[in-house]
Amino acid sequence: MMRITAPELEIAVLVLGMAILMVEAFVTKIDKRTLAFAAIAGLAIVFLASFFVAPFPPQNQATGFWSFYSADRLSIFFKQFALVTTIFVVIMMIDYAPVVRSSFPTSQDGLGEFFALPIFTCAGLMYLVSAIDFVFIFVSLELVTISFYVLVSFTRRNPVTLEAGAKYLVLSALSTAFIVYGIAWIFGVTGQTNLQRIAEALENPSTDRGAALLGMVFVLVALGFKIAAVPFQIWVPDVYQGAPTPVTAYLSVGSKAAGFVVLLRVLQAFATLPQAQRLIVLIAVLTLIYGNLAALPQTNLKRLLAYSSIAHAGYLLIGVVCFDGQAVSFYLVAYLLMTLLSFAVLIIVAQQTGEEISDFDGLGKRSPFLAFAMLIGMLSLAGLPFTAGFFGKFFIFYAAVLQRQIALIAVGVIAVGCGFYYYLKVVRAMYWPAPTASYSVAGGQSGDRIDTIPVSGLSRLALSVLIIATIWLGIYPRSILDALKNL
Amino acid sequence: MVLFVIFCPIAAAVLILVGAPARKTALAASALMFAAALFLFGSFGYGQRDFQHVTSFTISPDWRLSFTTGVDGLSLIMVLLATIITLAAVWFAGAIEKYENAFYACLLFISGGAIGAFVSIDLFFFYAFHELALIPTFFLIGIWGTGNRVAAAWKITIYLAIGSFILLLGLILLYQSVEPSSRSFDIRALQAAASMGQIGAEAQRHIYLLLLIGFGILVSLFPFHTWAPEAYASAPAPAAMLHAGVLKKFGVYGFLRLAIPLLPEGARHWSNLLMILLLGNIIYIGLVTIAQKRLDWMLGYSSVMHMGYIFLGIASAGILGVTGAAVLMFAHGLSIALLFALAGELRRRTGTLVFDELGGLSRLMPFAGLAFGFGVFAAIGLPGFANFAGEIMIFFGAFKHGWKMEGFHSFQIATVLALWGVVISTVYMLRAYRKTFMGTMPEQWKDLADLRPALRVPVTLLVGALLCYGFFPQSFVRMVVPTFRTYLTVNR
Repeated sequence: MMRITAPELEIAVLVLGMAILMVEAFVTKIDKRTLAFAAIAGLAIVFLASFFVAPFPPQNQATGFWSFYSADRLSIFFKQFALVTTIFVVIMMIDYAPVVRSSFPTSQDGLGEFFALPIFTCAGLMYLVSAIDFVFIFVSLELVTISFYVLVSFTRRNPVTLEAGAKYLVLSALSTAFIVYGIAWIFGVTGQTNLQRIAEALENPSTDRGAALLGMVFVLVALGFKIAAVPFQIWVPDVYQGAPTPVTAYLSVGSKAAGFVVLLRVLQAFATLPQAQRLIVLIAVLTLIYGNLAALPQTNLKRLLAYSSIAHAGYLLIGVVCFDGQAVSFYLVAYLLMTLLSFAVLIIVAQQTGEEISDFDGLGKRSPFLAFAMLIGMLSLAGLPFTAGFFGKFFIFYAAVLQRQIALIAVGVIAVGCGFYYYLKVVRAMYWPAPTASYSVAGGQSGDRIDTIPVSGLSRLALSVLIIATIWLGIYPRSILDALKNL
Repeated sequence: MVLFVIFCPIAAAVLILVGAPARKTALAASALMFAAALFLFGSFGYGQRDFQHVTSFTISPDWRLSFTTGVDGLSLIMVLLATIITLAAVWFAGAIEKYENAFYACLLFISGGAIGAFVSIDLFFFYAFHELALIPTFFLIGIWGTGNRVAAAWKITIYLAIGSFILLLGLILLYQSVEPSSRSFDIRALQAAASMGQIGAEAQRHIYLLLLIGFGILVSLFPFHTWAPEAYASAPAPAAMLHAGVLKKFGVYGFLRLAIPLLPEGARHWSNLLMILLLGNIIYIGLVTIAQKRLDWMLGYSSVMHMGYIFLGIASAGILGVTGAAVLMFAHGLSIALLFALAGELRRRTGTLVFDELGGLSRLMPFAGLAFGFGVFAAIGLPGFANFAGEIMIFFGAFKHGWKMEGFHSFQIATVLALWGVVISTVYMLRAYRKTFMGTMPEQWKDLADLRPALRVPVTLLVGALLCYGFFPQSFVRMVVPTFRTYLTVNR
């Protein structure tokens, strides 16, 4: 059998992306959605191939390519994670295509790039989770960020999207500046960019730890921006709300997961500095409080999911504080499933009615399948047992209790209580009958509001897969736990 | 058989959601559950301390997490209680105006969640099954409730979610307090570890406090009780029956199952705190109950108040008091379900439960009046009803406390104070009975009819169970005692 090595996966993804761009440019007559199906098929093949890659830990004395690229289990796992996310995002993009098309009234030109860009983002994410050298972290981070610049402002005729794009561009560029400056400080102190060698240099008592800490704080600022941690979260609600919804889903899952993997790797290098942990505790507490309290009064579902994304960053940071890679990874998997599920339903419903929570009124009666999918997504986000979200929270808080992080646990109790409120608000809109009276009035003007919302076969399949996976992981998490063992 | 009792209601609920005829499926499922519970009751091996009918599926060997179910005496009487009340509640529900399928599915989910929690030997599923009942309660109160249903639904859901989460933290701490080599979610393994003294005194204090707050919120222990009266007043009658009768008992059951056997030192350390809180339940909530002007609120508060007696039995740390707590738990479930059922039926017919607008109804509804009288006297604790057996054991048990103490100790003072609770509950119960079923009848009710024969069946079932259990408590006591004897003698 032919052996596949890890870097070949990224190369395959990049080739796929370029091929799709080429086809898009030269074959103009086809339905652009064919490109999306090709992208899904290609990514699925790479995903299958990734199971044949043999992981091996990074060697200390490695040189050249292998000194900044690691193919350990963690990175292989998150490469698969990035691929799955991208596949679901492209499926959502197919559903979202009419909206994109309507923002380019003259032609179909936009759609080809719309389907091709996520593939480059995916390659960036896959490089990022393998990066063990600051230079490589920086380069792959830029690959991710630059493709997101375009994606976020893709439907640029819409002023809200344009605003989101501008905000994302400016703040993202600022965070890039921070990470470069931080890397420069760290390199200046230790003379190294490889994370493991930095860790070794920091153990040396002659190293200037204060300067290294300063560099690390700068890096932390940039990563805090990526994972939407307080106080670097200001961009999140506006950008999430303004960006095309599949891109929002991609931002909140893919970008965040990669950010956490890098954070875990970077913090491992700085584990000898005790201040690092205290700083993360502070950030986690702030993120939990801000994300949950700010989510309470939201009435727009997309914005609510933006704040919920901040809140979940808080839970994930608890796992980071405890250095529990397994808990963080499991939580990210659960977060992937439930967030994509919620966004997928949102995209379908929003095209018929709107993005406000009140637009979901009576959905339980209008389209029981979509309402059920949203119900599972929301309950899992709230952390109810027998869903993946519960096990995620369970492992996170298990690690927190084990390390006696009293402050984090106390804030966690409040956060969970808030979470129940704002997630059940959506459930309530879908199932409680009270406000349907206003709909019969609205129905008189636009008859299709009461009708069942059409769901394409592919989306139905994707939703079913997500629902089943969410419940399956909630009952039998062993399939993921075994994959995550000994990370 | 145990698995059947758990999954029968859940499977039936799924079938109903898919489109099976709601009422027939629900009735058939609850009748089957009741039959299965009776079978378990009949085939129970007395005198055995271990769990029986044990089945186990491994979920994660690394975490020693497995889906293990089985019954001992304590869990069996809880299963029996749950199936009786499920049958009565489903029968009593009748035709529902809107979303009938969803209504019955929610009822069955609550029942399945409660039973699953009672028969789980694994702590993880013990917790998870209880949470399964949370969302159906939210729906039942929010969609089919009356009065201030929206606020009540939010209040109960968020309160219980936070309570459960604190409980989860306590359970995690309990799991971690054992040495890493013998960590397990299996209650039997934890008991073995506890009897070898692996759970340190300080850890016990922390865990006990978390469990006290967590379970306390779930059982509406003073001062965490404020969700209960409003939720029960707004809930549709079958939901109130199931929640007050069965699901709320999960907290007490958890206390009997975990706090007493595993954390004796924690119980000793916090006994004074618990005593003050339970007196708050009995005396303060008792007085609040007297002040109520509506029957549903009064019943809601009275169910909070009676939790105080059960906690008194638990706090007594002696075999007599703890057994009494188990007995009262069963009896209170039956009597409060009976009262909520009749109150719900009254509300359906008259549209009001304000005392001043009711009166003299027993002339028109002799059967309902008689049944309500049974419920009232059971709740007061008249001899002949199961509640009496439980309360008397609790009072004797608490007066002669499990630990050796000198002179006239604090628990005897608490017991004397708690005895006044009987007087308080007599006042409000008899007053409620007089104002609804006795006295002068307002003109507007003269066309009311008595309960239909179909509705008399579940009422008779509940009254029969109360009397049967009241006259022969011994058969239940014999089931429960071996469960407690193991550790209450070991820890002395």
